[in-house]
Amino acid sequence: MERIYILVSGPLAWIAWSVLILGSIYRLWQVFSLAKQKEQVLFSYISLKYALRSIINWSIPWNTTNMRLHPIFTGVAFLFHIGFFVILIFLSAHVIMIEEGFGLSWPTIPDALADVMAFLVVGACIFFGVRRIVRPEVAFVTDWTDFALLGLVAAPFLTGILAYHQWGDPLLMTILHMLSAEILLISIPFTRLVHMLFAPFTRGYIGSEFGMVRHVKDW
Amino acid sequence: MKERVWIKDEGIERGAEALTPERIERTINAVLGNETGARLMAYVETCVHCGLCSEACHFYLSRDKDPSYAPVGKVKQTIWPMLKHKGKVSVEFMKQATQIAQTECNLCRRCVQYCPFGIDIAYMMSLVRRIVHKLELTPLYIQDTAHSHSATLNQMWVKDDEWIDALHWQEDEIREEIPNARIPLEKEGADIMYSVIGPEPKFRTQLIYQAAVIMNVAGLNWTMPATPGWDNSDMAMFTGDSEIMARLKRAHFETAARLRVKKIVMGECGHAFRSVYDTGNRVLGWRMPPIPVIHALEFYWDLLNEGRIKVAKQIEEPVTFHDPCNVVRGRGLHEKAREVVRAFCKNLVEMHPNREHNLCCAAGGGVINCGPPFKNARVESNSAKAEQLKATGVKLCIAPCHNCHGGLDDIIHKYGLDMELKFLGEIIYECMEKPEA
Amino acid sequence: MTPQAQWDWSIGSKTVFDLAVNNDEIAWREENEASPDGEQIAAIVRTQDETFTVQVNDELWPNQFDRVWYLRYSPDGRLTALVNDGDWKLCIDGEPWEEGYGFVWNTLFSQDGSVIACCVSDSMQYGMIKDGEIWPNLFINANNFVLSTDGSHTAAAVQTIPLGQAEIFKFKQGVFSVAVDGEAWDRNFVNVWTPVISPDGTHVAAQVRLNLFDYTIACNGNTWNETFAQVWEPCFHPKTNAIAAPVRLGGKWGLAVDGQVVWKPHFFQVWHQRYTPDGNHIVAIVCPQYGRWTVAKDGISWKNTFGDMLLDLTLSSNGQRIAAVGKENERWTIIVDDKIWPNNYDMCWKPVFSPNGEHVACKVERSKKYTIIIDGAPYNRDFSHCWNPVFNQDGTLILIRGIIDNKYIRIVEKVSNILK
Repeated sequence: MERIYILVSGPLAWIAWSVLILGSIYRLWQVFSLAKQKEQVLFSYISLKYALRSIINWSIPWNTTNMRLHPIFTGVAFLFHIGFFVILIFLSAHVIMIEEGFGLSWPTIPDALADVMAFLVVGACIFFGVRRIVRPEVAFVTDWTDFALLGLVAAPFLTGILAYHQWGDPLLMTILHMLSAEILLISIPFTRLVHMLFAPFTRGYIGSEFGMVRHVKDW
Repeated sequence: MKERVWIKDEGIERGAEALTPERIERTINAVLGNETGARLMAYVETCVHCGLCSEACHFYLSRDKDPSYAPVGKVKQTIWPMLKHKGKVSVEFMKQATQIAQTECNLCRRCVQYCPFGIDIAYMMSLVRRIVHKLELTPLYIQDTAHSHSATLNQMWVKDDEWIDALHWQEDEIREEIPNARIPLEKEGADIMYSVIGPEPKFRTQLIYQAAVIMNVAGLNWTMPATPGWDNSDMAMFTGDSEIMARLKRAHFETAARLRVKKIVMGECGHAFRSVYDTGNRVLGWRMPPIPVIHALEFYWDLLNEGRIKVAKQIEEPVTFHDPCNVVRGRGLHEKAREVVRAFCKNLVEMHPNREHNLCCAAGGGVINCGPPFKNARVESNSAKAEQLKATGVKLCIAPCHNCHGGLDDIIHKYGLDMELKFLGEIIYECMEKPEA
Repeated sequence: MTPQAQWDWSIGSKTVFDLAVNNDEIAWREENEASPDGEQIAAIVRTQDETFTVQVNDELWPNQFDRVWYLRYSPDGRLTALVNDGDWKLCIDGEPWEEGYGFVWNTLFSQDGSVIACCVSDSMQYGMIKDGEIWPNLFINANNFVLSTDGSHTAAAVQTIPLGQAEIFKFKQGVFSVAVDGEAWDRNFVNVWTPVISPDGTHVAAQVRLNLFDYTIACNGNTWNETFAQVWEPCFHPKTNAIAAPVRLGGKWGLAVDGQVVWKPHFFQVWHQRYTPDGNHIVAIVCPQYGRWTVAKDGISWKNTFGDMLLDLTLSSNGQRIAAVGKENERWTIIVDDKIWPNNYDMCWKPVFSPNGEHVACKVERSKKYTIIIDGAPYNRDFSHCWNPVFNQDGTLILIRGIIDNKYIRIVEKVSNILK
């Protein structure tokens, strides 16, 4: 078991982060070189001002028309995304690992808060999953991959909670936590989770078209 | 739930008879491979299937929230399988994809405003139409219109002389009202070229009449061309025939350039504005229109603010205003339009939602141009608009777009709304100060 | 009119006609046209008895018409208009053709003006009339009309088979062809655009669409073997009758000669190509970079580009110099041999080279005033209206036609004086 722990916390972590970083660079390079090669035209319609205007407006909860049409979903979605990144970056256990490994450190959030947030993230995943079943317009475009992605995202948080609360075997839970997190990291560039990378660009592009060319709000 | 019917259209049916699976595969892969790039890839991979675009769509709203009419639902039934099966889709699939992309989406881009990622679903529907065009499956009536564009450079098979004759005739008519009025043809060096769409000389000549009166009263230095290139409309844009679109827009802009005008003012048409301002110029290499294009709504606003036209009387009865997507989501003219409406009408009652969040008329994007076979489905698919119109309680609706007129007119009849439709130019013509005859 | 060399080239300015002088017979006057030699100014006028005629200097044409439009001077100085006296006719120097038609339009002139043609429709049949002679065959529709530069031939895209409402499948079988002097080619196409007649009058080439996607060039009824995603209007080599046309391949534009690609397709646009008079080079308007426009010679783009638009590609008669009108940020200017004139204007008209190619001049507009610019230097007077200038044979003098204070003035000035 400990050897597995060493494996997942050492080499696999390195691999996962490398794949995430290199994979992300590759995906961004791929999309940009494709655009350059075949859709050069698009670059002349990108305006930093309007791209940022759009990104900012879509980053404020309940700010856009559609967010107000779906207030609960919007709340859950924001909590989910905030929780995801706050825990990833500011969880004391994560920061300690970074400090031990690289000597870098930054402030952390209280574990109790992180715990609540982790529950919220998992809860959000359940909410998204249930929504995929009960809302016909979502169910219509849902297949197993959508649930798999949700599971992929929820798993590190679920196992994190289990590990933190020492429910089940702590070492096993920690291993599963790390492993699931690593699978998630590796998946990001190569699944629809790639929206993490692409969203600023799709948003920025359409924001530019709407703002600079069409003189109208895109929210 | 309103059941979707797969409609028999001669263009689609006879086109499908000539199809083979190989040709479908080859064509889809050629279009997706050669004509798309980063945008499609990013859109398809970024879409998390959240379904949040659904409520943007009047088809979805009007068809009891049938998810197969949601924007992403339409992508699911068209682009996704084409990509997944690498073009190996059946003839039946293509027929259905044709109906979906060509007649169940107005390319109104409302869903683009509702997608958290700003995914341009209208772009993807246009891509499907491009494939449909390459497979020669385009519905009969709109294909005929595209043929007219190709052969005459106008939408309605108007022959060179018929166009000039229509203008001469309108000039004669106007002189009954304003004796020294003119429709100056081929006046090189005028400030403005006024351009219209094919149906105007054919059966909406009163719009040319009214525009000419406004031009004359405002004392503008304007002209109209006596050559092909006068028509700003573009159904080829909506059949995915971007080569014919390019030909049309080139003729339009080069006509304006030949006449040495400073700007093109166009009548109250939405799709033509999209073609001239946004889509057509791009396929030719012009980042923006090489000669500024002013839509009628903006033009009226300019005239009013420059004091060139004055309000003589106001419409007393309450009116509502329909925002055409191509000049609102496409150009942000909703406030200027309202200022003009309020100047000429005492009481503007808003529809909800409105402005850039308006609901489409369901006629645009070439849908009404697919003709009678699809009319019932189209009108059925916009009960949402009917409810919106009805809720205003007014009897006069201003719709500054030809397709919107057609679409709303059908809705008004089908849902028994007691409502009259007018172009904004008609209101201005009625209510502005004119010299005594 | 006398040949250009025999025009009055004595330096000085004269008022040809005072437009302010009232003529009681006239209710209103339409756009002015100046004769090529500058000795006349003409306009369509509405008479007090609600008819139309044409006023040339202070004289009215003897006939009055229900309608007169499209007043244009032929390059040889004859004044033409399209008139209606119950039938439509072309009227030259006040003399209407004897024969009248349902409608006539689009007056065309040969290069020297000696031949005049126009389009005609009569009883729903379409064709052309050249020097009063109508095509032997008319067609159910015709457009894209052209008269050869020497005036020897006329051609148009014609519809040879009727088409009912929404007959899209019949359309795809091809109902259009090219008619030359009224004789249609024996082959139909899905579409036919822009027939062009070779300088020697032996060949006619046009853009054709073979189905809904394949475009090529047809010459005298035979197509190139190669097809393209798109083509634009062809042009002929001045001596060999080789045909050059812009073609699109793989989403980009290049240029093909007789079907063979000679400019690799790497442009966002190529059009208005033409051979230099010696036939050794091809020049065209190109878009080398999306949204930027310039001139290319033999496939090589100029360095200077314009963002808005480029038009009026003009060659000097020896083919050594090239000029065009460019527009950047809503301001117009002239580019000559890849050098942009320092000033910009509200509008620029087509550049005019002196016959030896030494100078280039054009009409410009700034703040509602018009004047003439030569080699970038403005003439020192502004006009409320003016026409494109004309150089004399050796390029030392320039004829300027303009209106100042409602007076139409004819000016001959030394080019060197303006350049000072």
